[in-house]
Amino acid sequence: MVQKHISEQFNEEMDDVRNQVLTMGGMVEAQVRDACEALMSGNVSMAHRVIQADAQVNLMEKSIDGNCVEIIARRQPTAGDLRLIMSLHKAIIDLERIGDEAAKIALMALELSEMDRPRSDCQELNHLGEHVRKELHDALDSMARMDIRSALEVASEDEKVDKEYESVTRQLITLIMENPSNVSRVLNTLWAARALERIGDHAKNICEYTVYAVTGEDVRHQPLNEEDKKALLS
Amino acid sequence: MTTAQRPISVSVSPVDNDNGHLDISKEVSTFETKNLKLFYGQKQALQSVDIKIPEHRVTAFIGPSGCGKSTLLRCFNRMNDLVDDVRIEGEILLGGKDIHHPKVDVSNLRRQVGMVFQRPNPFPKSIYENVAYGLRLQGVNQRSVLDDKVEWALKGAALWDEVKDRLKESALGMSGGQQQRLVIARTIAIEPQVLLLDEPASALDPISTLKIEELINELKSRFTIIIVTHNMQQAARVSDYTAFMYLGKLIEFNDTSTLFTNPGEQQTEDYITGRYG
Repeated sequence: MVQKHISEQFNEEMDDVRNQVLTMGGMVEAQVRDACEALMSGNVSMAHRVIQADAQVNLMEKSIDGNCVEIIARRQPTAGDLRLIMSLHKAIIDLERIGDEAAKIALMALELSEMDRPRSDCQELNHLGEHVRKELHDALDSMARMDIRSALEVASEDEKVDKEYESVTRQLITLIMENPSNVSRVLNTLWAARALERIGDHAKNICEYTVYAVTGEDVRHQPLNEEDKKALLS
Repeated sequence: MTTAQRPISVSVSPVDNDNGHLDISKEVSTFETKNLKLFYGQKQALQSVDIKIPEHRVTAFIGPSGCGKSTLLRCFNRMNDLVDDVRIEGEILLGGKDIHHPKVDVSNLRRQVGMVFQRPNPFPKSIYENVAYGLRLQGVNQRSVLDDKVEWALKGAALWDEVKDRLKESALGMSGGQQQRLVIARTIAIEPQVLLLDEPASALDPISTLKIEELINELKSRFTIIIVTHNMQQAARVSDYTAFMYLGKLIEFNDTSTLFTNPGEQQTEDYITGRYG
């Protein structure tokens, strides 16, 4: 927030929650990065680390959740403060789910590490993974800076991720049709792709919370045209 | 005593916009001020205030001390006439008629626009006589009519069950919260159109405050209510519309949900989030 609250303690509590959310975001981002890496490289120990890290992310969610409830109970925030605390509170739910998706990818990585995989499976998935990781990074960056221009751009990127996921799905189904013995392997890859697509959706949600925190406009569940975006930025 | 003739609550049809928030443009106005200016001697306390007070709604005035919210409230029943050296410009319309018109009977206006103050001010009389006082002034002396009206008003003020067995006892023996509800009963007994509440709960404990707030919510179906409060959470809890005032100006008037979640003016945002000053 631009201007400080009269109560220094309130400032500190709000800053503290924001910093904790960003820290949680960093943890989740690392989880997704390592999960993708483990998936591509078949690094089993890295996959295990991702799964173990999920417990820390869950604890972080509970801790921040408690802090948000305490601020609401003790400070009764209004206007921009209320929107910020609600946005952060929603963001941690999405971050926790991203952590779950990363753990799923790591599980698939473990399954796939025991199978022979042709590189062609991985290349498309690698591209999807990179795209999703960038989307998540930019979404968290927008939230850290409360930058709605960037948040709106990132949110619109999610459509591309969805299309990429559809393309990966089609390719993987083709592999099954070509050789039914691929089913088990391809299904695991498909689950990983699905998890990546969901991470993209959660990143988009985070962008929408940022828009709400800054403007008060709830842009969820609606397509935004250029005019809507201009109105939000004005 | 027989049951009162009028229902305690009447449903009010919602006037919502697309967001589910109230929409002032769809409301019927009780009061309307046009370019209202008020001067205490040389000092201007209200600066060109234009506001429409919606009927059967609770409108809260908030703002820092000295912003003019109590002054504006007192304009609506011409209480400022009692202050020396006050000059008022502009119009205050009640039901479309200017309350400063020479033909307006001020006593009659104050009968239509009742007022409750910060500190409960029961008369040193019995509970019954406190409520019956205004009715007696109006010339109502028939016992059965008085009994009915007293019961109706005490029920309306959510006080009947607590005092029905001691109506003849002195009102001064009641708790602060009960006294304030008694004053509200006394005010509504003569069935005004509008209730002006000037910080009605600021001298009360939290439970009495909640009872008053609950009462305000029940009373709005029958009366238009305007409340001045320093307690922003109270304004957020009880009001349908909120006006934020600062230095005699009406900075923002909006439905309460919008004003407390997404105010349109930076000054409002700064005040309600505690960044003012």
